[in-house]
Amino acid sequence: MSTDIEIQKLDDFRWIIPKKGKMRTEGLVYADDRMLAVIRKDASLEQVANVACLPGIVGRSMAMPDIHWGYGFPIGGVAAFDTEDGIVSPGGVGYDINCGVRLLRSDLDAVDIKNEIPTLVDTLFKNIPCGVGSRRKDLKLSAQQMKDMLVKGAGWAVSHGYGSADDLEHIEDKGRIPGANPEHVSDKAYRRGKDQIATLGSGNHFVEVGYVEEVYDEAVAKVLSLHKGQVTVIVHTGSRGFGHQVCDDYIKVLLKASDKYKIDLPDKQLCCAPVQSKESRRYLAAMACAANFAFCNRQVIAHWVRETFQEIFQVGPKELGLDLVYDVCHNIAKIETHEVDGKKRKLCVHRKGATRAFPPHSKLIPEDYKEIGQPVLIPGDMGRYSYVLVGTETALKETFGSTCHGAGRVMSRHKAKKIARGRAIVRELEDRGIYVRGAGKGTIMEEISEAYKDVRDVVNVVHRAGIGKKVARLKPMGVIKG
Amino acid sequence: MACKHDKTAHICIRVIWATACQYLTEGNLLSKKYEFIDHTADLGFKAYGTGLEELFAHAAEAFFETLVELESIKEREERSIEVEADALDDLMVSWLGELLYLYDTEGLLFKGFQVKQIEDNRLAANVRGEILDLARHEIKTEIKAVTYHKLYVKKVGGGWETQVIFDI
Repeated sequence: MSTDIEIQKLDDFRWIIPKKGKMRTEGLVYADDRMLAVIRKDASLEQVANVACLPGIVGRSMAMPDIHWGYGFPIGGVAAFDTEDGIVSPGGVGYDINCGVRLLRSDLDAVDIKNEIPTLVDTLFKNIPCGVGSRRKDLKLSAQQMKDMLVKGAGWAVSHGYGSADDLEHIEDKGRIPGANPEHVSDKAYRRGKDQIATLGSGNHFVEVGYVEEVYDEAVAKVLSLHKGQVTVIVHTGSRGFGHQVCDDYIKVLLKASDKYKIDLPDKQLCCAPVQSKESRRYLAAMACAANFAFCNRQVIAHWVRETFQEIFQVGPKELGLDLVYDVCHNIAKIETHEVDGKKRKLCVHRKGATRAFPPHSKLIPEDYKEIGQPVLIPGDMGRYSYVLVGTETALKETFGSTCHGAGRVMSRHKAKKIARGRAIVRELEDRGIYVRGAGKGTIMEEISEAYKDVRDVVNVVHRAGIGKKVARLKPMGVIKG
Repeated sequence: MACKHDKTAHICIRVIWATACQYLTEGNLLSKKYEFIDHTADLGFKAYGTGLEELFAHAAEAFFETLVELESIKEREERSIEVEADALDDLMVSWLGELLYLYDTEGLLFKGFQVKQIEDNRLAANVRGEILDLARHEIKTEIKAVTYHKLYVKKVGGGWETQVIFDI
């Protein structure tokens, strides 16, 4: 339990885990008093302290307010390592490489489509493969096409008719992580991935039709073309079996490498190797492939969302205006240059269950968002709300431009199922105006609101700590889940 | 129902029966095959066995019980599996990882496990099961990966015990 980890309050939203034992730096947790009490219930703070033990860590071992226990690195963890003498760890990225979110806005208003929601959701469920073994027959890639896709990411999808070049401008890294090398991906990963391209997957993945319920910053919302009452769509999915296998393969490689490079691991799942090592470079090249797989996924699924809307509402794309606001990664390692103590340093920033949140005028954000900063998309559980934020200077200064990613679970799936037993969850949601279609009955029960932290609390901490600025709150109307 | 025994007694009997079903009777020895552990974002289990081969077989059962009701799987086809690793705990991950891979790529669900031999961190097994049929098998949870987190395979008392956490 984390109750025995010493933690000191820095201010209302920042807590420090002091350097002790084998820690090379402090831990920094973003949370308020109430959230910290919940965080202490699992071993996540211990995990923050463990990450602080890894070689070449720059700055602190950080935790976002949605932090919860993961394997090795906590989920909601951020840690950066010097590219010269630091390490890369697949556990610091996660199994679902580039699990991420994209937000589409539209020219439809919620009041106009309210009655169509069940039909719309049922059609989305038909058109978008979700659930075990489901996939569309019209998307089949040859081995060479797949390798091509792994290098080009969302760009591959666009050049094959899924969406437009304009979309690419509004994706993190333009939908393509550089350095992807399909030669460093195992046959197993290919075989797991080839039938899962552009599929939703289960667990907390979903496509959600909602609307803008509240706008907190009118000026920023205007730049994002968001306004109150407007229909929005969120797509949340990752790299499926492909990414999971890449992570699995490289954990084995990096476990051996940890021995070879004599790295003292507080937890096997923190296995790592120097950034400059052959092992790490191959991992990053394979990780990039998996990340691009996920970018491609979201690009294709968004295209099918657009087609579905056109089918249901019998209007063309221009009238629908289902444009991409932004697409972000939640599980990734990036090579970025940051200013540390006045000096520019090249770092490997691990964000596991955390989102990049760069401020206005960053070089790496879209031209049209230069004045407002990078959009950050924070999905909540299927029964409540999601948020749109933008990145800030404070985030860049304190967390290498990182912020939270979502609600974070508080209850195991097993417990959630127990609590949900006997309740008609789908009916409960319908009574609240949310129509849900899930491929697996179990998934819906596991995803009840009670199983998650209230994302509103998570977002408020991030906002008040200054590492993200609230722009809008979205409310779900219809959801499809794997 | 018209019965002279009260409702509490019936419930007790049902609970005892359900718990007993989780146990294996081997001659006079009553021992548990596996039990699930609760974790916030993931799922895990502890499995037991009198020998290593039995342990690995029980772990595989726990794996498929996580996916579907083990009882709903029919033994229609057989496969041979061979895995090796550097240590016993790595072997457990490789073993379950191979089963996950077969499920993910071929939709295979297994129920019968004959672990023939575990020696020098090498495992050879025959496994029996069938291809997923959504009409008969209800997927409880999808498993993304078998993790190394809090993993162990160790001798305990007169037998063996393992703990495995899945990423789900």
